[in-house]
Amino acid sequence: MLLAKIKEALSSLYEDIQEAPEEPAIEEAAAEAVPEAEAAPAPEAPAEEGGAAQDAEAETEEPEPAPPPGPKEMDYKAKGFHLDVALEPEKVVAAAEILNRENFFIEAITGVDWIDEQQLEVVYDFNHFAELCRVVVRARLDRSNPEIPTISHIYQGANWHERETHDFFGIIFTGHPNLEPLLLPEDADFHPLLKDFKA
Amino acid sequence: MNGFLQQDLNQETFTLNLGPQHPATHGVLRVKLVMDGEYIVEAEPVLGYIHRMHEKMGENRTWAKFLPNCGRMDYLSALSYNHGYVAAVERAAGIEVPERAEYLRVITVELNRISSHLLWFGAFVLDLGGFTPLLYAFDDREQILDLLESVTGSRLTYCYFRFGGVYNDIDDAFITGTRAFIKRLRKRMPMYDALVTKNIILIKRLKDIGPISKDMARRYGATGPVARGSGINFDVRRHEPYSVYPEFDFDIPVYEEGDSMARYMVRMDEIEQSMRIVEQALDKLPEGEIKPKKAVKMVKPEKGDYYHAVEAARGSFGVRLVSDGTNSAYRLKLRSPTYSNLSLFGEAARGMLLPDALALMGSLDLVIPEIDR
Repeated sequence: MLLAKIKEALSSLYEDIQEAPEEPAIEEAAAEAVPEAEAAPAPEAPAEEGGAAQDAEAETEEPEPAPPPGPKEMDYKAKGFHLDVALEPEKVVAAAEILNRENFFIEAITGVDWIDEQQLEVVYDFNHFAELCRVVVRARLDRSNPEIPTISHIYQGANWHERETHDFFGIIFTGHPNLEPLLLPEDADFHPLLKDFKA
Repeated sequence: MNGFLQQDLNQETFTLNLGPQHPATHGVLRVKLVMDGEYIVEAEPVLGYIHRMHEKMGENRTWAKFLPNCGRMDYLSALSYNHGYVAAVERAAGIEVPERAEYLRVITVELNRISSHLLWFGAFVLDLGGFTPLLYAFDDREQILDLLESVTGSRLTYCYFRFGGVYNDIDDAFITGTRAFIKRLRKRMPMYDALVTKNIILIKRLKDIGPISKDMARRYGATGPVARGSGINFDVRRHEPYSVYPEFDFDIPVYEEGDSMARYMVRMDEIEQSMRIVEQALDKLPEGEIKPKKAVKMVKPEKGDYYHAVEAARGSFGVRLVSDGTNSAYRLKLRSPTYSNLSLFGEAARGMLLPDALALMGSLDLVIPEIDR
């Protein structure tokens, strides 16, 4: 019951993604806006990444068509959670608001360093007190500029989890009230769970 | 830091450091307090004094070599941590566990839960100024440690579970010893009740102190006795049944009040429920293997991520594994219950008297190595 309800609610976050390719006008407008905003770092980075991306595509040769975007129902017995919701980083706040409305509670927030893909993943675990329904929300960030909006104003418990994730991965939660080291020393400038961390 | 350094100097508040070495924090926890006289304006726990980066250790050793680490986080209910970790790996690698082994896991975990609650009981009353109950509680706890030592080989930092089973079978001496212990503790509980629970001083120190509302518990992700003391009927053993728990008849104590007394009562009632589970498990204990027939030598879970939660003595302990198909974890996240439970302290302690805040802190049942990991 709850699973179907929350799946439908979270599906609304994907609506504009499906529409986007049909409306190139918006993309052009966005592309024009970008160079003004982040003029300096933009030109160098895409040149390298573009090359890498092309290589990767050539090797894999599109193994299978990507499934339609949306929350994925998982095999609970094998995986231990019910719903896997991969989102764009800026949609995470909206997802937390939807889950909060349905009285989910937050179990944990953590990161995963996908160094081969030059990405950092933020993983949010939600659960429900009344009915068994584990929802995993995840977002992938660019490893060189890992920023994601905070959800600590919705779930106060996220405050410490986000600080911990910042400690371990250097992920910046924009809008966080106090992103100081929590478990690491107060002057720590290293992030031990990054795969290229050397002690 | 919020407001901590920028506080108005004209305001008549002062900063008080509680810890990192303070008997009431039961370990190296520091709380920065902004005080207005005896009242707390702001409380900010400072963590990390015994942070050991267990999650990184999980990545740089094989799945099996991480097992001893599980006993060194929540050192008062180490077997729950053993259970959470092996269950997560078993789920990921698809390892079957013989029924007898699951029974042994439940028996030892529940004994460990009783010993953890007994130690909390003694230490909590000690926080409030009552010394004697600690000695009684340690006397009882000692019996459990002896029983668990006979089967697991250690008294505190257990490493008893293996992938697919347990390390050692129990013998008749353990069974008779456990039954005798339960009989003994059942006789002692009315004494604790008369000596401590009904004591007017204890009631005055705990009743209506440190209220935690249902909504606050949810927003902070509080679980275990803290959530159940706030009227939330949530216990992983019932909510998300694992192991052989569905085969036992036991109650989940829930108190609506949300104050420190409610959290106290939840744990005291849970001791009886754990004894019921152990008794039933001993009655029904099936014969058979305690390890898989084919020894589990190399664990290589398929690529992907997996989650498994168990009910530890302090709440929901979750393990999130990310496997890349090799014999060690790509990422091992340990979700410890008191980390979330303590995170609400800042909000709950606001406006409280300092001695009352210490009663609240004691009622959260903190184990610092588990928070810092």
